[in-house]
Amino acid sequence: MEVKKKTAIRSMQYDEFKNNDYLEQMVRDLNRDGAGIILGSVDDLINWGRSNSLWSLTFGTSCCAIEFMALGAARYDMARFGFEVTRNSPRQADMIMVLGTITHKMAPVLRRLYDQMAEPKYVVAVGGCTISGGPFRKSYHVVNGIDQIVPVDVYIPGCPPRPEAFYYGMMQLQRKIKVQKFLGGVNRQEKKPKDMDSND
Amino acid sequence: MTVIEKIQKICPEAQVSTSGDTIVTVPSDSLAAVAEALRNDDQEPMDYLRDIVGMDWSEGLGALYYLESSKTYGRVVLKTVARDRDEAWLPSVCHWWRTAEIKEREIYDFFGIRFIGNPDMRRIFLREDWKGYPLRKDYDMDSNPLNMENEENADDTVEYYLKPDGTVEGHRNILFDQKDFVVNIGPQHPSTHGVLRMRTSLDGETISRIDPILGYIHRGIEKMNESLTYPQTLALTDRLDYLSAHQNRHALCMCIEQAMGLEVSRRVQYIRTIMDELQRIDSHLLFYSCLVMDMGGLTPFFYGFREREMILDIFEETTGGRLIQNYNVIGGVQADIHPTFQQKVKEFIKHLRSVIQDYHNIFTGNVIATTRLKGVGILTREQAISLGATGGTGRAAGWANDVRKHHPYALYGEVDFKEVLYTEGDSFARYMVRMDEIMESCHIIEQLIDNIPEGETRLKTKPIIKLPEGNFSASVETSRGEFGVMLESHGDKTPYRLHYRSTGLPLVHAMDTACRGNKIADLIAIGGTMDFVIPDIDR
Ligand code: SF4
Repeated sequence: MEVKKKTAIRSMQYDEFKNNDYLEQMVRDLNRDGAGIILGSVDDLINWGRSNSLWSLTFGTSCCAIEFMALGAARYDMARFGFEVTRNSPRQADMIMVLGTITHKMAPVLRRLYDQMAEPKYVVAVGGCTISGGPFRKSYHVVNGIDQIVPVDVYIPGCPPRPEAFYYGMMQLQRKIKVQKFLGGVNRQEKKPKDMDSND
Repeated sequence: MTVIEKIQKICPEAQVSTSGDTIVTVPSDSLAAVAEALRNDDQEPMDYLRDIVGMDWSEGLGALYYLESSKTYGRVVLKTVARDRDEAWLPSVCHWWRTAEIKEREIYDFFGIRFIGNPDMRRIFLREDWKGYPLRKDYDMDSNPLNMENEENADDTVEYYLKPDGTVEGHRNILFDQKDFVVNIGPQHPSTHGVLRMRTSLDGETISRIDPILGYIHRGIEKMNESLTYPQTLALTDRLDYLSAHQNRHALCMCIEQAMGLEVSRRVQYIRTIMDELQRIDSHLLFYSCLVMDMGGLTPFFYGFREREMILDIFEETTGGRLIQNYNVIGGVQADIHPTFQQKVKEFIKHLRSVIQDYHNIFTGNVIATTRLKGVGILTREQAISLGATGGTGRAAGWANDVRKHHPYALYGEVDFKEVLYTEGDSFARYMVRMDEIMESCHIIEQLIDNIPEGETRLKTKPIIKLPEGNFSASVETSRGEFGVMLESHGDKTPYRLHYRSTGLPLVHAMDTACRGNKIADLIAIGGTMDFVIPDIDR
């Protein structure tokens, strides 16, 4: 089965992206029970809006955060993509960009902020440190990959990643959002407390 | 009388060792007397405690005290060993140097040495429920798995004192009591320049105490160093204070080269000096952008980053990295400069000189800016020295502490530049120091850029480097103060201990002094002008 629309972002064509098989698999899974026409169209509209106004919670802990600031300035100008609004409250953010090393002391804080965000929410892991611990992998106080703490949607490797890499990663996130079904469940992925009880 | 003779007069059993740096070993019982005498000396008061380095020697736990005089710039290093490993006690020196208050906490956290007389003996970087002391040689690296419980911070602390019969007892010191109104700022706050957390108690709108909670970006670099070979340790220095990446790495390279007895070529000296100064301009431009943004102005942010990108382009062409360049190596630099380097640098400086007036027009003279900065967050010269607040923060208070001037390295002894000094000690002076330093850095670069001599850019070194036994140190002036490298080698291919003097730790410590009595609304601006970078503090 094909992805129903071959998502292009700006002037990047579908085939220029890597990891397309991942998206195709995701669409197959989502459409296993058939795709609704009416709901699907509403979804498209909502997703178009969602993917072009991704507000991120700033969570810069170290070096990678400075490169993120460079993204906000005139040369790289992230306003072109609709990411320029950064929020300092998790309640107002669509996604969390984890920029920099996450240490043992910080890990509960990161988890708490993630829990405070409203659905649908996404996590972007930026830099070697967030992916695997990076240069500090052997340290006694560094989390070896934030995927141990929160689910990650996009990984952007680099130490620090170049601004272009940030964009590529963010466009991948946009593509992911565009094929999701907003009305079909991504806006309430986490179980309600009472469901969780019944599962136990 | 030299310093060493003075020490020996007070404490005849003091021993002097000269492998590498000169180090005077004094018994822990005499430490307080020696410290007091050195601090209060008339000709050469050792009033600036550069750093205390905790150590785990086979003979016991102990510490090295790096002292300097703000009058003569003479330096001396004291060494002392605690008697008992399981019950390690040392006398606190925080009565003579306030910076010891926070540095002794660091040593307690890493080595478990407790300091008698320090009013606050809590852990500083690690969680309060952390088990063990990670920088001890026998620390079990798996003893503290990831703990996802939220941490609770105690509102009180313990101070130890010596009873007349020679035993030690602790009593409780209250940090915040029930009546205090405490505002928590950070660790995830956009204007603390990283993951600093400050518990701030208020009296109305006035700040009555700031308790910094550190360690949210403590990466354990010093422990990692002990299992890395010397060339491998270099990579981590760039990631400490990433806005002083060149300078940090320069310091470590200098220290290792000095220990190896390696002399780098003149060409390398030129390149390193120019790169250091470009880095300084880069950092100060970012300082300007962030300070103004924290205070509510967005346009200057775009100004600062516009020029900063030009520097990053120059870095990138030569080194391949924008923010983190990994450029200095032992024996030289990674690669020769790019053919257009000189021309680009000259164009950049010409451009910067033509636009810097815009920076001042939009912000410096602005009435809101001046009222929020002038007379706010004052740190006097004596306080700055006692707190060890080096760099622009100290120079804004009139303390001439520029390492480039007083302990010249690379080419700083040969170029002409002015050490920017102000006397007010307020936020505005700290801001102006940095703005003026941008111009001084341009001036330094202009003297060098056309005269880079031919020569080797990288001396051949063996892949495995072994340093002779001894203690070695080097310090440089980074974008925000004195950065020091303190290295102890036991002749292996890895360091026995490699410690960095954090530039930012004393600055964060100084926040309490600078902010008390000021309004909470000014806190962020005061912090902004202190200009700290948190990963450098936490290491
Ligand atoms: S990945 Fe590299 S640049 Fe990013 S935070 Fe880690 S060390 Fe710094």
